[in-house]
Amino acid sequence: MLAQLDELYAESLEKLKAATTTAVLDTWYKETLGRKGAVYLMTRQVGQLSPEERPVFGQQINKIKTDLENAYQERLAEVKAVELESHIASSALDITLPGRRPARGGLHVITQTLREIYRIFGDMGFQVYRSPDVETDAYNFEMLNFPPHHPAREMQDSFYTTKEDVILRTHTSAGQIRAMHNYYPEPVRVILPGMCYRNEQITTRSSIQFTQVEGLAVGTNITFADLKGTLTEFARRLFGANRETRFRASYFPFTEPSAEMDVSCFLCEGEGCQVCKYTGWLEILGSGMVHPVVLRNGGYDPAIYTGFAFGMGPERIAMLKYGINDIRLFWDNDLRFLQQF
Amino acid sequence: MRVPLSWLNDYVKIDLPVKEVEMILTNAGLEVKTIDYYGLPGADLEWERDNVVLGHILQVEQHPNADKLVLATVEYGADKPEVVVTGAPNLFPYVGQGDIAHLNLYSPLALEGATLYDGHKAELKKTKLKGRELRGVYNRCMLCSEKELGISEEHDGIIIMVKDEYAPAYKAGTPLQDVLGDAVLEIDIIPNIARCASIVGVAREYAALTEQDICYPDYEVVMEGQPLDNRVVITTENAKLNPRFVALLIEGVEQKPSPFWMQYRLRLAGQRPINVVVDISNYVMLEMGQPNHTFDYDFLRQRADEYAPDGPIHINTRLPHEGETLTTLDDITHKLQPYNILVTDPLGNLSLGGVMGGLNSEIKPETKNVLLEAAAWNFINIRRTGTQLGIHTDAAFRFSRGVHPSQALLGAKRAAELLRRLAGGTVANGIIDTYPEPAEPVKVDLNLNYARRLSGLNLSGTEIANLLRRLEFDVTVHAESLTATVPDHRMDIEGGHDLVEELCRVYGYGRIPSTILADTLPPQRGNPTLEQEERIKDILVQAGLQELINFRLTIPERENRLYAGDKTWQTDSADTYVTLTNPISPERSVMRHSILASVMDIAANNSRYQGRIAIFEIGQIYIGQPDELLPQEKTRLSLVLTGQREVPHWQTGDEPPLYDFFDLKGILEHLCDNLQIQVQYEAARHASYRPGRTAQLLLNETPIGMMGEIHPLVVERFGIRIEPGQAVLAADIDLDALIPAIPQAYPYKPLPTYPAVREDLALIVDKTVSAASIEEALLTAGGPLLQEVKLFDVYEGKPIPPGKKSLAYHLTFQSASKTLTDKDVSKNRKRLIQQLSKMGASLRE
Repeated sequence: MLAQLDELYAESLEKLKAATTTAVLDTWYKETLGRKGAVYLMTRQVGQLSPEERPVFGQQINKIKTDLENAYQERLAEVKAVELESHIASSALDITLPGRRPARGGLHVITQTLREIYRIFGDMGFQVYRSPDVETDAYNFEMLNFPPHHPAREMQDSFYTTKEDVILRTHTSAGQIRAMHNYYPEPVRVILPGMCYRNEQITTRSSIQFTQVEGLAVGTNITFADLKGTLTEFARRLFGANRETRFRASYFPFTEPSAEMDVSCFLCEGEGCQVCKYTGWLEILGSGMVHPVVLRNGGYDPAIYTGFAFGMGPERIAMLKYGINDIRLFWDNDLRFLQQF
Repeated sequence: MRVPLSWLNDYVKIDLPVKEVEMILTNAGLEVKTIDYYGLPGADLEWERDNVVLGHILQVEQHPNADKLVLATVEYGADKPEVVVTGAPNLFPYVGQGDIAHLNLYSPLALEGATLYDGHKAELKKTKLKGRELRGVYNRCMLCSEKELGISEEHDGIIIMVKDEYAPAYKAGTPLQDVLGDAVLEIDIIPNIARCASIVGVAREYAALTEQDICYPDYEVVMEGQPLDNRVVITTENAKLNPRFVALLIEGVEQKPSPFWMQYRLRLAGQRPINVVVDISNYVMLEMGQPNHTFDYDFLRQRADEYAPDGPIHINTRLPHEGETLTTLDDITHKLQPYNILVTDPLGNLSLGGVMGGLNSEIKPETKNVLLEAAAWNFINIRRTGTQLGIHTDAAFRFSRGVHPSQALLGAKRAAELLRRLAGGTVANGIIDTYPEPAEPVKVDLNLNYARRLSGLNLSGTEIANLLRRLEFDVTVHAESLTATVPDHRMDIEGGHDLVEELCRVYGYGRIPSTILADTLPPQRGNPTLEQEERIKDILVQAGLQELINFRLTIPERENRLYAGDKTWQTDSADTYVTLTNPISPERSVMRHSILASVMDIAANNSRYQGRIAIFEIGQIYIGQPDELLPQEKTRLSLVLTGQREVPHWQTGDEPPLYDFFDLKGILEHLCDNLQIQVQYEAARHASYRPGRTAQLLLNETPIGMMGEIHPLVVERFGIRIEPGQAVLAADIDLDALIPAIPQAYPYKPLPTYPAVREDLALIVDKTVSAASIEEALLTAGGPLLQEVKLFDVYEGKPIPPGKKSLAYHLTFQSASKTLTDKDVSKNRKRLIQQLSKMGASLRE
């Protein structure tokens, strides 16, 4: 009987070694260690043995059972590892095939630019104030210190409407007086984004419709040095921390002193290139200290209050940042253009 | 304004490199747009210093073998003069005159090896000068024309420069760069620097900015002629329109070309030389900014013989009579407007004051006696006149921006003196100066604290005064303020703020510190409406839509394409459009009433290239109000879907499923869920949408927009390219109504503690019964334990009887207080089925 046991043990180990798949191992387990397997059948033979032989046989069969169980687990692990390896090997993908993309949406590039401007000025306490596109001559010109027939009006050709004194705003500066009336007597710190309209030829550089962001700060302690500091900070956040700014004297009827702000060209690092017309500087915005007439029209006494204002064109900023050379692309809304941003 | 640096150098020393001069002027508000170089490094053709020099013409002889060539002997600083073969016709008059050194004729001489433009080529082509035999005479040098040097197109003769008492001290052998080499700055004259529309004007600024003295032109005139007094009388009817009128008479003028130095300056400044009289007039205007006008004196006298045979010429300035016309010297006859100012005599008008001369009184080739006018005009009238008549002369440019009356006398004297010196005229004795109300000097007070507060500069009164004095302000400093008298060439200084700009400019904008706002921060309220609009954009972008920004100018006809065959939609709005009186094109003449129409146009444009179009725009529409000045500006959202729902992928093939009604509805549901807004959809009819596939959106029972499949006729009218079976879906929603309904805060739903029981239920109902009504009935009948009803299948056809449909639902029962038993659920289910059977629904087994 013991010899039979040894024989079973040797035979089973042999078969176990020959098994190379988990399926064969499963069968082996059922046939060997299962409920009606060979080892069990041997156990049942214990009754044929004498009482003296039984403990020895019992010991032996338990040992075989344990050994085979261990051998099985060991073998199973080996086979599983091999199987997994071969499964992995056979299921490799061509990872160069294109992925499955979700349907893509996007914000208009000008919305993206506007949001960047909102965020930077928002951090400095400037809130967004919006005013109408269709404006009166008074808000757009007169109260901003553009008298009728003033040469400065020629700089901005207006669209007139069938209602007398109603025009399409030529700049979002038109909202300055509205904002001041709205906030008086609090200090003012706003930016005024919006669509503007000028009666100009449509070319790659100019459009009859364009967006503008005007800014206005009014308070009892605001200087030209603050204007420089605030706008330089803005330029560095928008175009990079290393940017230099240059303020040049300029003219706007609603500011005095007035300044044009240039930013050192970020394309050529000031070396001179086609975009900056070899000057090393890019013209970014117009600005100045709010004209006393404008302050007074807004309800603020110029003897007590001062302020600064500025205005910029998001299209120009986007054109510079992305090398866009035709302003008409913005309102053409060709998805092949819009989806690049 | 084109400013040759050599000309500028006459009045202020220019000893800095050109680029630095450019920067100084640009930073001070005289923006240099471009720099053109002539002969200097930086020019397309640089005149080599050793090879292109000034030559003195000593003698001109006929070429022995050629009629059309001469031999010029030219001294150029070398050991011996050079004999140059040339065909220049303007040397022929000197042939055979022997030694002509005393005539002081100079000309640019190019030596062998010099690079020049080829004068015989139409385009600018560089060529290297080589010595060669010309009809038997070996020639190695060349006297140059303007074209060969890149100065102008002129190639009819060589440049001849005469050295006389008024010309520069030419010296043979000087490199030409040092004689004619120049850099011309093109300066943008913005409205507040009208005073800089002249070389002297720019020189004044440059002197102030570089702390130098300015050397003004000589404004003295030698008057040796007969008295002018009794010969001309000048009256001005309105001193507001024509504050000053100065006249001088120059007799015996010889009309000839002006000297080369003047012609050259005019050319560099962008003026074509004509003759000495016209050139002097232009030269003085460019030099010191005062435009002036010349009349044919004898013509005026002839007319006076008619109206006052024994009396003086009477010139009067006035506004036009009703119906009066004037023919300007470009031979165009203008109908005059009430604001045109005329220079007239008793017989009629002579010129359009400050804008353009009249044809009849202008200088003619035989004119010998010139009446010179220099006046001051009201800039608004000049501006309106120039704009109305479309005349943009250099004079009108300056007068319409303001020329101070003080300049008229200086300009008149300067021009008269130049006519005396260069045109051989004699100036009649006396100046007629009609200036009934001389301009008072402008005095402006500046509070020193205000100056410091505005500029951010901590300067003393004396320091500020000294900055202003550099710009010729006469300044008196007091304890807390100063008083500045404005120099009389300026018209732009009105108040203390203007002085602050001046002191900042002279101090240098670049030197002013940069500081961070220290003023009180205003209350931070944000802009809630904008923030919600931006949030809606973000949600739609997440859902795969692309934002657009469209033109807001359109025409009603384009928008009416939205309404298929239904006239009632076209009549509501025609007179409420904001309509332009000066549209740039007939296609863009009103402000839009619809965003959807422009989004549809963009869908059409893109349908040529795109398989998937999912686009939206948020923006304003403009509804004119009959009783209000300004229109209502309403914010709306429009979106359009058409084409492929998904991006095509190689695993799913080339034709993914197409967008349909329920994609659109799903996007709107997604939007409202995100915004925590409940919106109802009600079947509706609308002329833009396909009947049976149209819904009205209701918010608290108020309509806020439409959605659905666009009517096939409308799709066709917009020209959207579609495949068979492809629908165009759109929605148009009033955001002014939607946004205020978005809650600021809302309670979250606690996560369930006890497990849910899910049951499926299939119902058979009449086809006409809406899914929404069944869902509502289920939720009502299901009691508080029924947490969710989710439709998962809709089926029609066998074995469902005709006219019926099957709707299958997942029902989720859940309690917040216990685990539900089968008994709890089946009780609910029974009640549900009972209730629904009352609506005619039966259970599908």
